[in-house]
Amino acid sequence: MQRFALNDGLVQAASPSGLPALDFLRQSAGLTGVKHACREGDCGSCVVLLGELDGPTPRYRVVTSCLIPVGALAGRHVVTVEGLDRRDLGPIQRAFVDEGASQCGFCTPGFVVSLTGFLLETESWGEDLAEEAVARNICRCTGYASIRRVIRTILEQLRTAVDPAEERIPALVREGYLPEYFLRAGELLAELEPPALPHVRSERQVVVAGGTDLYVQRPDELAEADVFLVQRRTGPPIWADGDHVYLAASATAEDIKVSQILGRTVGGLDRAMALMGSQPIRRMATVGGNLVNASPIGDMTIILLALDAELGLVSGGAHRSLPLRFFFRGYKDLDLQPGELVEWVRFKAERSDSVFSFEKVSKRTHLDIASVNSAISLRLDGNRIAEACVSAGGVAPVPLQLEDTAAYLEGREPTVDTAIGAATRARAEVSPISDVRGSAAYKRLLLGQLLLAHFHVLFGLEDGLEGKASA
Amino acid sequence: MSNREIEPHTRGTSMFVGDLPVPAGLLHAAVLASPAPHGRVVRLDTTPAAGLEGVACVLTAADIPGENQIGGIIQDEPLLAEGEVHFVGQPIVVVIADEPRRARKAAAAIEIEIEEAPAIFDPREAAAAGNLIAPSRTLSLGDVDATWGSCDVVVEGRTESGGQEHLYLETQSALALPGEGQRLKILSSTQAPTAVQRIVARVLGLPMNAIEVEVARLGGAFGGKEDQATPWAAVAALGAVKLGRPVRIVLTRNEDMRMTGKRHPYSSDFKIGLRADGTILAWEVTYYQNAGAAADLSPAILERSLFHATGSYFIPNVRVTALSCRTNLPPFTAFRGFGAPQAMFVMESAITRAAEAMGIDRLQIQHKNLLSEGDVFPYGMRVERSNARRAFTEVEERFEVTRVQAEVEEHNRTHRLTKRGVAMMPVCFGISFTSTFLNQAAALVHVYTDGSVSVSTGAVEMGQGVNAKILAVAAHALGIDADRITVETTSTLRVANTSPTAASSGADMNGAATEIACNTIFDRLRAVAAQVLDTSAKRISIHADRIRVDETDAALSWEKLIWEAYTSRVNLTAQAHYATPKIHYDKEREQGEPFAYHVFGTALVEATVDGLRGTYTIDRVRIAHDAGRSLNPLVDMGQLEGGLVQGLGWMTMEELLFADGHNITDTLSTYKIPDIMCTPEIEAHFLADADNPAAILRSKAIGEPPLMYGIGAYFALLSALKAFRPDREGIYQAPMTPERVLMFLHGRT
Repeated sequence: MQRFALNDGLVQAASPSGLPALDFLRQSAGLTGVKHACREGDCGSCVVLLGELDGPTPRYRVVTSCLIPVGALAGRHVVTVEGLDRRDLGPIQRAFVDEGASQCGFCTPGFVVSLTGFLLETESWGEDLAEEAVARNICRCTGYASIRRVIRTILEQLRTAVDPAEERIPALVREGYLPEYFLRAGELLAELEPPALPHVRSERQVVVAGGTDLYVQRPDELAEADVFLVQRRTGPPIWADGDHVYLAASATAEDIKVSQILGRTVGGLDRAMALMGSQPIRRMATVGGNLVNASPIGDMTIILLALDAELGLVSGGAHRSLPLRFFFRGYKDLDLQPGELVEWVRFKAERSDSVFSFEKVSKRTHLDIASVNSAISLRLDGNRIAEACVSAGGVAPVPLQLEDTAAYLEGREPTVDTAIGAATRARAEVSPISDVRGSAAYKRLLLGQLLLAHFHVLFGLEDGLEGKASA
Repeated sequence: MSNREIEPHTRGTSMFVGDLPVPAGLLHAAVLASPAPHGRVVRLDTTPAAGLEGVACVLTAADIPGENQIGGIIQDEPLLAEGEVHFVGQPIVVVIADEPRRARKAAAAIEIEIEEAPAIFDPREAAAAGNLIAPSRTLSLGDVDATWGSCDVVVEGRTESGGQEHLYLETQSALALPGEGQRLKILSSTQAPTAVQRIVARVLGLPMNAIEVEVARLGGAFGGKEDQATPWAAVAALGAVKLGRPVRIVLTRNEDMRMTGKRHPYSSDFKIGLRADGTILAWEVTYYQNAGAAADLSPAILERSLFHATGSYFIPNVRVTALSCRTNLPPFTAFRGFGAPQAMFVMESAITRAAEAMGIDRLQIQHKNLLSEGDVFPYGMRVERSNARRAFTEVEERFEVTRVQAEVEEHNRTHRLTKRGVAMMPVCFGISFTSTFLNQAAALVHVYTDGSVSVSTGAVEMGQGVNAKILAVAAHALGIDADRITVETTSTLRVANTSPTAASSGADMNGAATEIACNTIFDRLRAVAAQVLDTSAKRISIHADRIRVDETDAALSWEKLIWEAYTSRVNLTAQAHYATPKIHYDKEREQGEPFAYHVFGTALVEATVDGLRGTYTIDRVRIAHDAGRSLNPLVDMGQLEGGLVQGLGWMTMEELLFADGHNITDTLSTYKIPDIMCTPEIEAHFLADADNPAAILRSKAIGEPPLMYGIGAYFALLSALKAFRPDREGIYQAPMTPERVLMFLHGRT
């Protein structure tokens, strides 16, 4: 039995804890403004706000309700479009009407929720930020131009009416963006038990981390299952300890993106992470889940491989560690024992002489799975590359460290010739297959190009990089 | 002018079929579809499904009481496969259960064995094997054979354009509610309520008057719910009739993508002949349309390809041949543009190829050959009120195309790793169903005794704003506030024998029928008012919600007038029918005037290619479009922008891929459509003082034409690619994915 706040009241859900929240909301709660259009977190039609107490007031984030189990709602505040709607249209709704920014209307509730979530969370009233926030929402009708006009309209209003430093919830209530009950949401949540912390897993439970891939692959099975949620954990998701930086298995992609520790140690990571999923997905998708899913193309895996990360595994009371590059034995085949869980990932903290780059190409730049991705970490000694670690995804059954390429780079100067030499070796080192993400020939070619792109980004190389890769 | 449909969308209160409150005893249908592209069903055991928890019944072709046939134009498509299967995703068995998950689980438990037969996926192979949906068709003008010799330049080539998934956000869905006796009501997410009614009646062996089909709204359609909504309504109806209980089916996204048809892929051969000054003298083209396993709407779509073979240009000598090729893929179907985008892509490819061969700018060829007043199309019609040149010139001047081109050249001269490209895309699109008989519509208007007005038509609201336009027409015709009027759901009980809401013509035709019905009521009311006010009817007018005698407001309110009319036993209901005048087409001679008028416009598309990664951005699109006198500029601008972005998607990232007949792009994670981040800056405006006597209130249809502006993106990208590699010949294979870009730049040829 899960108890949680839903819009302006409290509810109890008797459904199995693995049931997608979307099904509970539509079928049991009758909230059909929450639409389902893809059930894989790729369209944003089903997004809701999920709030939890952070001090006396709740903090809200936007989540895709198709990928989150009912179990994860316990003790939290769920707000659907119905919970934002009042007799008079709010300013976001009004702007959609005035700009004609809704046509068939199926995606519109998702946009209203997403934009409201953005207003709750954003640190400033930037249009770019707002666009990025609704990038999770797909609209097939409008071509987004009118939605951009909506964004412009509401941000113009907010810039004059609300200081970003002001306490946000009362300000948004005052300006009509939120119903008044948001002022009491803290009290509502305080009445509920705090979210349960990780407990001992029973054998019949399915382990769910972020769920962002699991719910895409096995939704029907999970709907009837009791789930063990590993996403909740006390303490920071990312921390430095001795010579290492640690990432908890439950650290999310968003944690990585915004981490100051990582920002200091690994340059360019926030840019890399911005290319990974949408914000709701980044907030749900975990490091541990990404690794254990064993996708040959996982972005986080590729980044960690280039950092030559090490894994901490736990089974009962037994701990062991192993270099990440040995974790992947074959396609979807891991060095992971039954019952064993990933506890943390760590890499060396001392990186003051090192540079890092991540590259990814997909059909659509944002929110798409890569055709090929690659990361590189280079320790520089004066003019030379002292140490190199290169990773590549989408070019083999497992995510790879490119050892020959790394060996080639060590001792060389980062010149155009070096870049081209590395690209040539990288292409020779991989064995891609043709699939929906591209032909084998393309992936091989692309990997070489991404190597060149690393050198372009890291060292400003340009002249001579064009057109030489295929030589 | 706003669109009142939007408000409930923003509140989350708009109901789609999947949102409707659950009626008592509701059951859910799921379908077992063919796992093989072609073969014979040698074993089918449904007993494992029938025994599962919650399963109410399992239905096969043998359970169909009427005819197992859902084909529209050609009757070649069973509802449920019998003996043979012809594509992966073809429905074979229907399972009805108490929960959707249980129904799907049971369908998956059915044991089926198929003896596979050789399958064909390539339209040219199908044509070579004689697998055509219908005999090929050829349109001609002048004499191409006699002209090649007098051309200064003749180039030939081959083009490919890919399929496109509609990706309406609301998947296919229907709810069938059994009524008394043999009656059945179906709430269907369809663009074609009458087609659903007709086919369901055929499948159930009932007369059409036993079946009502009602549509409130669609969560997007774009052609994908014209013919393709019908089988799902029929599946629900079959279950409802068998069990006497309500049955709903809502396809999952994955099922929808695997089982339903999409935009037709085309493979085409062209030959173009020009004078040295860029004048096109001769044009020969052959389209191989990949129709999939059944006719669906393919012959009609092929016809529109024929009609749009010359794009926005006048060419004096033309021979166009079109073949609809039967393959073992899901039946391809209508999609915004309906065969015209595929034809225009070939035309623009040929112009680009010719410009490349001649070493001139493609814009020069485009400009030289644009349609002028009175020019004849290969189908015999002459262009009237051509705005082709006007729109093109307006874009050139207003958006300073020469300056843009200079900037692009400067960028390309000074940048090694990125290059920019620019392209113009003129569009000329014929309005009317090419099947002349479909160009009819009807309306039913009631004025209730309190003065409120109800308008029903055959038009289906799917986000295109047809209800807002019909509302504007009714308010204008009656002279009253729009607030007094409601545009109703679409029901076969209120308006019968409707044409699908398609061919961009929904507002044109249903608006015209509404106007006639409102005028009929208006004339009756005038007579009543004349009597009440003791004057002559011709002095009475209603304007801005006021009844006037000459130019003076009369002491008679609308409510009072209506009550007077009612108590005087005057008919306050009118039904009207509209048939588009003048249009005709003779398929034997391939000559006629199939269109009421044409829509014109031009887009300027700018793109940047990253030569290192093979990625790109479409930076900006600017458009001059002929909307006539727009009935609702907000709605029309939305159609323009939305159509454009769909076209951009078709030309860039939307890549439909099959492997051995299996759709491998059957999820949103493998089939990508544009998001807000990749959408370019769009600046569009309507031609000032445009006029159109051929449509309601001098407006113009707008649904489909803007999609074709997106084709410009392909040629802007190609122009950037050529800036990197002037040594390579252009490629004409859409979509231009990052893979094609990189292979063009660095791949071995």
